[in-house]
Amino acid sequence: MSSIEFSLDPASGVPTYLQLVHQVEHALRLGSLELGDQLPRVKDVVASLAINPNTVAKAYRELETKGLTVGRPGQGTFIQSTLNPVALAELTVLRRSLLGWLATADTAGLDEDGIVALFTSVLRDFRERQGGSGSRPGATSDESEGVA
Amino acid sequence: MNVIEAAGLGKRYGSTWALRECSLAIPDGHVVALVGPNGAGKTTLLNLAVGLTAPSAGTVTVLGGTPAGSPVARDGIAFVAQDAPLHKNLSVADMLHLTRNLNLRFDQGYATARLGELAIPLDRKAGKLSGGQQAQLALTLALSRRPQLLVLDEPMASLDPLARHDFMATVMAAMADDGVSVVLSSHALAELERVADYLVILSRGSVQVAGEVDDLLACHRVLSGPDADADRYAEHLNVVHALHSKAQTHLLIRTDGRTEPVPPGWKARSISLEELALAYLREPGAASLPGPRRARHAEPTELAR
Repeated sequence: MSSIEFSLDPASGVPTYLQLVHQVEHALRLGSLELGDQLPRVKDVVASLAINPNTVAKAYRELETKGLTVGRPGQGTFIQSTLNPVALAELTVLRRSLLGWLATADTAGLDEDGIVALFTSVLRDFRERQGGSGSRPGATSDESEGVA
Repeated sequence: MNVIEAAGLGKRYGSTWALRECSLAIPDGHVVALVGPNGAGKTTLLNLAVGLTAPSAGTVTVLGGTPAGSPVARDGIAFVAQDAPLHKNLSVADMLHLTRNLNLRFDQGYATARLGELAIPLDRKAGKLSGGQQAQLALTLALSRRPQLLVLDEPMASLDPLARHDFMATVMAAMADDGVSVVLSSHALAELERVADYLVILSRGSVQVAGEVDDLLACHRVLSGPDADADRYAEHLNVVHALHSKAQTHLLIRTDGRTEPVPPGWKARSISLEELALAYLREPGAASLPGPRRARHAEPTELAR
């Protein structure tokens, strides 16, 4: 069984294959995909999303190029490395403290857009203070995709 | 292998050319979207490719050089015409029986399994099925022939969004399973974005754009900047379509792989398939043909204006 269910946001402007790649990376960061997990078969993704099989194959190739997955002929595509250096238990603690912060923000009257804006801006400050190296493993810059 | 190859192909009805000087080569393994305004020649091109009509000029071959309309060609191609034509008074079972007897190859197992999955009753008259079911029945009959090439003319025009999704899911699954190549004409640009990886735009009876979607998107960009220097800047560019809003100009340009620096005050971004198609549809004079074995259509248009 695979523990990821792909979905598409047609309004995002992000190419379909990249959306699939991002969703796998996202699941890896959050720990919902782990080492050895199998990605859905191309055929199943195609049948549920009604997208071109070449698109799914391209996403899976990209994940393999990044070293995140490995394709085993006749079996499928499997996770072979994780993006998450933090153990699941620690992640749970972090998640809980973030939930606490969200509750505080909510009580203060901040709506969802406000929370996202604040978080994004603080995250940017934080990175700049750390020296702005900005190395995020596995991160892709959508802007440069397909233009070079 | 090219699933469809046309050279100087033309079709005349009376004194009107529905298709003229059409040259293109569509490789296999793709979902090809055939796009163009009404009357651009889409249906004519498809009818010529499947052998329903004969050319007035030029040649068209299919499935790697087989003459269109020949027995071998007909056996390897399945075609679903507009509005999923079925014999409305026949039952679904009779439609299966008929299709099996009219074709050399018919995968009865696939057909009945597929209709079962779709919960389409075999004893129902085809005319009594819902629009979505009729489309699925026509598609199932076509796919049961195990074609190498599936040709669909406006397959989803009369379907609701859910039926469209299910219809395309069936087509995409067949492609994943059997490697069938697909050519479909459609006006639904936003939907094509999800399925098409090869784009052909027809305009006024000839090929305006042909190529792999990834290649096409990679060699087009939108540049936005102040109106004041737009004209001077645009002089050096292959502008497909220019859009002026308040004090801003948006130029959809063809870069042909060059990435020149964007001047100060201007911004560049990549484009979607829908934007690309709309820009070319608005500018019937512009052409982009980076596809394989680019044909003798080279003379017209390096620049739209």
